[in-house]
Amino acid sequence: MASGKEIRTKIKSVQSTQKITRAMEMVAASKMRKAQDRMEATRPYSEKMRRVIGHLAWAHTEYRHSYLEEREAKRVGYIVISTDRGLCGGLNNNMFKSLLAPMKEWDDKGIEIDLCTLGQKGFQFFKRLGGRIVAEKSHLGDSPHLTDIIGVVKVMLDAYNEGRLDRLYLVFNEFVNTMTQAPTVEQLLPIPKGEIEEEIKHHWDYIYEPDAKEVLDQLMMRFIESQVYQGVVENIACEQAARMVAMKAASDNAGSLIDELQLAYNKARQAAITQELSEIISGAAAV
Amino acid sequence: MAMTMHVDIVSAEASIFSGIAEMLVAPAKMGEVGIYPRHTQMLTTLKPGEVRVVKQGGEEETFYVSGGVLEVQPHTVTILSDTALRAHDLDEAAALEAKRKAEEAMANRESDMDYARAQAELAEAVAQLQAIQRLRKKKGM
Repeated sequence: MASGKEIRTKIKSVQSTQKITRAMEMVAASKMRKAQDRMEATRPYSEKMRRVIGHLAWAHTEYRHSYLEEREAKRVGYIVISTDRGLCGGLNNNMFKSLLAPMKEWDDKGIEIDLCTLGQKGFQFFKRLGGRIVAEKSHLGDSPHLTDIIGVVKVMLDAYNEGRLDRLYLVFNEFVNTMTQAPTVEQLLPIPKGEIEEEIKHHWDYIYEPDAKEVLDQLMMRFIESQVYQGVVENIACEQAARMVAMKAASDNAGSLIDELQLAYNKARQAAITQELSEIISGAAAV
Repeated sequence: MAMTMHVDIVSAEASIFSGIAEMLVAPAKMGEVGIYPRHTQMLTTLKPGEVRVVKQGGEEETFYVSGGVLEVQPHTVTILSDTALRAHDLDEAAALEAKRKAEEAMANRESDMDYARAQAELAEAVAQLQAIQRLRKKKGM
C-alpha cells in the first residue's frame, strides 16, 4: 500500500486539477450565455433575408438565379464548422462522425468532395483523413465577425458559380439546449425549395436598381454568408455548452477520486498507528 | 394621420432598428431614394452612407450603413445592412487568403501534422495506461 505522504501529494494534485476544471466550467457558463445572446441577435437578419428571398421566389423575375436551380451532382462541397480548441466532450467528433456517412455515400458514387473548414479541429481531422481542403479559416474567437468568413464562403461560391461544385452543404452543431447539441448537415445550394415557400399572390415583380442580375447576385451571396455566419455563432454556443458539461463531469470525477484517496490515506494512517502501538506493546512486554 | 409603413434595419450581427415610419431616405446604388408608404416593390443595393428614417410623429433618426440591400414592399421596408465595407477587391483578397492558408497548412506537414498525430498517439497511450491500471487494481484487491 502506498505510504501516507504519497497519497497526500496525489490528493493535492487532484485538487489542483479540480480547481482548474471548476474554473473552466464557470468561464464556459458565462461565455455560453453571451454566445446565446449573439445567436439571438443574428436571427432577425436571416429571417428578413429569408422573407425577401421568399418574395423573390414568387415574384415574376425575368432573371432566374442559378442558386435556385437544381443540377446534377458531379462534385459536392462541404463547409465544416468546428471549434478551435478541445476539452468540449465529444462535440466535434460526433459531428465529424455524422458527416462521414454522407461523405462515404458520395465517394461510393464516384463523386468528389471539396471541403472548407472553419475552426482548427475540423482542419486537423480532415487533414489526417486525407480530405481535399480548399479553404481554411481558424481562430475566429468568441465573437466572430461576418468579415471573417467572407473569404472562405467566396471560395465555395465561386466554385459553384463556375460549375466546379453542384451542391454545397453546411455542417455545424445546432444548439438545442445546454445538454443537447445536434450535429446538423444543411443544404445551402441550391437553395432548398421548402425554405422559400410563402403565400401565393398574383404575379408581380420588383423594380430592380441597377438591374436584376446584380441585385440578386448580391442578395444571394449575403444570404449564404448569413447562413454560414449563423452556423458559426451557433457552433460557438454549442462549444461553450459542451465544455461546461464536460468540465462539470470532470470536477465531479475529481471529487469522487479525492474521496477515494482520502479513504485510502486514512486507512494507511490507521495501519501505521496500529503497527507502532503493537511494536511498543511488544517492546514493553519483552522488557 | 399620416400613412405609415414598417421599417426594419438589420445587420448580420445585430438588429439595428425596427419600427413604424412615415418616410425613409436611403443611399441606393443609382442615387439617393426617398420611400413613402405604398411605394411599389423595389429591390436595390445600397452604397455606404446615411439612412434617414422619419418616425411616426415626425421625429428623425439617422443610421450609417456601409452598404447592403434595400427591399421595398408597399407597407414594409427592409434594409439588410452590411457590417463592413464590401468591395470586390477586398472580397477577392479574403478568398485568396483563405485558399492560401489551406494550401499552406496542407503542405506544412511537419509541424501541424505531427502535432495532430502526437495528440492521437498520446490519447491512445493514456487509454492503455488506464486499462493497465484497472487490471492492476483488480489483481491487487
